[in-house]
Amino acid sequence: MLAFIIQRLMQAAVVMLVISALVFIGVYAVGNPIDVMIAPDVTQEIRELTIRAYGFDLPLWQQYGIFLQRLVTGDFGRSFVYNMPVLDLILSRLPATLEITLTAVVGAALLGVPLGMFAGYAPHSVTARAIMGVSVLGFSVPSFWIGLILIFVFAVNMGLLPAGGRGETVMLFGIEWSFLTGNGLKHMLLPTVNLALFKLALMIRLARAGTREVMLTDTVRFARAAGESEWTILRHHVLRLIAIPLVTVFGLELGSTLAFAVVTETIFSWPGVGKLIIDSISTLDRPVMVAYLMLVALLFITINLTVDIAYAALDPRLRARKST
Amino acid sequence: MTAPIETPLRGFIREFTQDRVAVVAFVVLALIVLLALLAPWITPQDPYDLSNLVLKDARRPPGFVGSKGFTHWLGTDAQGRDLYSGILYGLRISLQVGLMAGAIAFALGASLGTLAGFAGGRTETLIMRIIDLQLSFPAILLALVLAALLGQGKWPLIAALVTAQYAYFARTAHGAASSERSKDYVEAALSTPLSSARVAFRHVLPNCLPPLIVVATVQVANSIALEATLSFLGLGMPVSEPSLGMLIANGFQYMLSGRYWISIYPGIALIVLIVAINLVGDQIRDQLNPRLKR
Amino acid sequence: MSEVLLEVRNLATEFATRSGVARAVDGVSFDVHAGEIIGLVGESGSGKSVTGYSILGLIDPPGRVAAGSVKLDGQELVGMPRSQLRALRGRRIAMVFQDPMSTLNAVLKVSTQMELAMRAHGNPGKQEMRQRSLQALAKVGIPDPERRLDAYPHELSGGMRQRVAIAIAFLNNPGLVICDEPTTALDVSIQAQILIEMRTLVREAGVSLVWISHDLATVSVLASRLLVMYAGRLIEEGPTAEVLRRPHHPYTQGLIDSLPSRAIPGKDLLQIPGSTPSLTALPSGCAFKDRCAHATAACDTAPAQTIAPPRTWRCHHPLNMNAATAVQAAS
Repeated sequence: MLAFIIQRLMQAAVVMLVISALVFIGVYAVGNPIDVMIAPDVTQEIRELTIRAYGFDLPLWQQYGIFLQRLVTGDFGRSFVYNMPVLDLILSRLPATLEITLTAVVGAALLGVPLGMFAGYAPHSVTARAIMGVSVLGFSVPSFWIGLILIFVFAVNMGLLPAGGRGETVMLFGIEWSFLTGNGLKHMLLPTVNLALFKLALMIRLARAGTREVMLTDTVRFARAAGESEWTILRHHVLRLIAIPLVTVFGLELGSTLAFAVVTETIFSWPGVGKLIIDSISTLDRPVMVAYLMLVALLFITINLTVDIAYAALDPRLRARKST
Repeated sequence: MTAPIETPLRGFIREFTQDRVAVVAFVVLALIVLLALLAPWITPQDPYDLSNLVLKDARRPPGFVGSKGFTHWLGTDAQGRDLYSGILYGLRISLQVGLMAGAIAFALGASLGTLAGFAGGRTETLIMRIIDLQLSFPAILLALVLAALLGQGKWPLIAALVTAQYAYFARTAHGAASSERSKDYVEAALSTPLSSARVAFRHVLPNCLPPLIVVATVQVANSIALEATLSFLGLGMPVSEPSLGMLIANGFQYMLSGRYWISIYPGIALIVLIVAINLVGDQIRDQLNPRLKR
Repeated sequence: MSEVLLEVRNLATEFATRSGVARAVDGVSFDVHAGEIIGLVGESGSGKSVTGYSILGLIDPPGRVAAGSVKLDGQELVGMPRSQLRALRGRRIAMVFQDPMSTLNAVLKVSTQMELAMRAHGNPGKQEMRQRSLQALAKVGIPDPERRLDAYPHELSGGMRQRVAIAIAFLNNPGLVICDEPTTALDVSIQAQILIEMRTLVREAGVSLVWISHDLATVSVLASRLLVMYAGRLIEEGPTAEVLRRPHHPYTQGLIDSLPSRAIPGKDLLQIPGSTPSLTALPSGCAFKDRCAHATAACDTAPAQTIAPPRTWRCHHPLNMNAATAVQAAS
């Protein structure tokens, strides 16, 4: 198992290196690399000073080396728009994104798996059909439209919930959190639901498909022949058997939710990392773009690694194969 | 005494028609495609021709009779565009872009995946590493960044969508091709004078089609939804040729002031399209799943 | 003869398929006595496995038990409410399936699976369950049961896995065990071992066994009575030795003749010509007539079951009839 983890870690490091190269090349390919670090409206003098300071007059591979060096120390440059170190900027917006993302994902899993298992167990019942019908909507309808409808119904028509923005925050461990206040929760509700719906529908569909397949296997038949109750079968056999693909998807979707937060944060004017990247694309705040990409890549690789390890932990057959 | 032999295709179609939901969805889909194809002839206005638009008629509610003399059945948007026309043309774009991107992603991904699964060795490792790398990134971010870098327009949009999606096809094709590769018929075919490329693409690939079709049914709907999302964020089609996503985005700010139709109607059109595709796709997927057959 | 444990009367199970209704089991009747091993033989599609499932109520839609009765110790099982049936399964009747890799849960340890089976019929403590599990494993001939108990199914060999499945079936001391092709998926050498072990196990525990198989050779080693099925119908029944020596139904004769042990060196292996008819397109009358060398016009009407204890058969032109049997049959 340990060898497996180390092997995966090394692979992850290689991938990060490749991505850093890609981002670096992307910056070169798409525009004047100098524009990444220097705002376009400075005087010629300052421009040349900065060029030399950042080493833009050096050969390419040397610049890449410097780029990597700076990355390792966490120096992503300064944002043109906010005029603060990019890393600080991103970190300050991260808690907001984490609030809605984590809540959405965990909520979707806790609710979606049981619903999906029920739909898979009794696929022709009215309730199951209703669940699947709703899940089709959650799954296929683009999340931006759901966000729109949510605002339309709850904010505009019913006036129950705010149409956007983050609520009051409270300091905890040196970070501002909004889920600890009532007002904060009210503001959190719609964006979280918006994010969660897609995941919920996905979990329901996966759990249902998996359950349906497993219920038809000999394993379930044998368990029934042994007199095990339907509840036992669902809880011990089915759940354990569908856990593997579910956990895999859950992990991968965690990252994807972070990505979708971009859309949700835009609609609800939620001041998170997602909104930051959209804003920076439209204002061409390139240091932020570069930093965002690198951090997202890191996050994804970490998630993939964790999922791989969890997968091996859950499926004993994989453990045997990997250790040889 | 024996009934006429039912070909797999006929059997497939018969099973399909037994599910009422799928049939309804299919009919709706066919209708939408028809409307989209006929759009230039059944709409009173060409929404892309800016000279057609009368600013005075902007933001009018459904049923309003415009200064050009025809009724705006679904109202007008912020530029005075007839929403009915805009929606039909928007559907055209959604379908065009979605299907085009899906088809190219399919062809590209299936070829790469089959090549990787068939060739094995270093080629396989190289290709699959790249694919895995890409798959660990969410499609939407990839598309977002590419669309931002490549600028607005139909072909950059399609390029972004293809890049975001081909990896799914590649992975599936690779899995299927690898398992086909070890089967006897491939060994037999390779021992003939046929070139390996021919064996790969004419013998192996057709057998990999069922799982690929399953992926395609998911990806077409995703394509369309992704395009709409990108357009909504302002990164897709140019403002002069609005797709449904952009129409919705443009109307967003007016929703809070009660002029809901500008966003809602294009939104409904988009949803109906996507849901119909998904329902049809669901049925196809269920029918192709061998593990659900007893 | 000891008392009747299981009484099956006119059992009929059908499946709704795309090409019509298939009667997988069509009016099958037989008894199982306490401590007896009977063999249920037939080709695939003969309905033998479905009979086994029907007894335990394991038929899922689109199949259903359409008619007939199954009585266990006088209690009617057909139509019994699910909760009651569940209490019986594993406790009074148990079943062993063909492929242990698919019947055992791949992601659970052997100990967990045995615990689940035990907890289905009571509330034993952890210690007690472990003891019983180890005993059960030892009884089916698994060496080093302690280690095997904490293993996962894929860590065991095929024969070992099937022994575990058998152990689970015997865990709650059922009176009747139905085995559906339990050795078919195993190596021939392991097959023989398990057969011998089953015989000993059954004798020691006083359990009745219904051994379902397409392999006449293995069944005849174990079973004291043979039941032959074809196209969903019971076409022959009798003490094993007698059925093998003097089969009455041409199909049974065909099965015996096609055994490799009966082969004459240098000559082709004998085969029954033709193939099993599809259950949705059965010929009218006797289902075997198209493949039978002795068929006549009379076979266009379905033969009724002739009962001449201890034999029964379903044929218009039975073979190997001596005068005594003919007289008995006529009465």
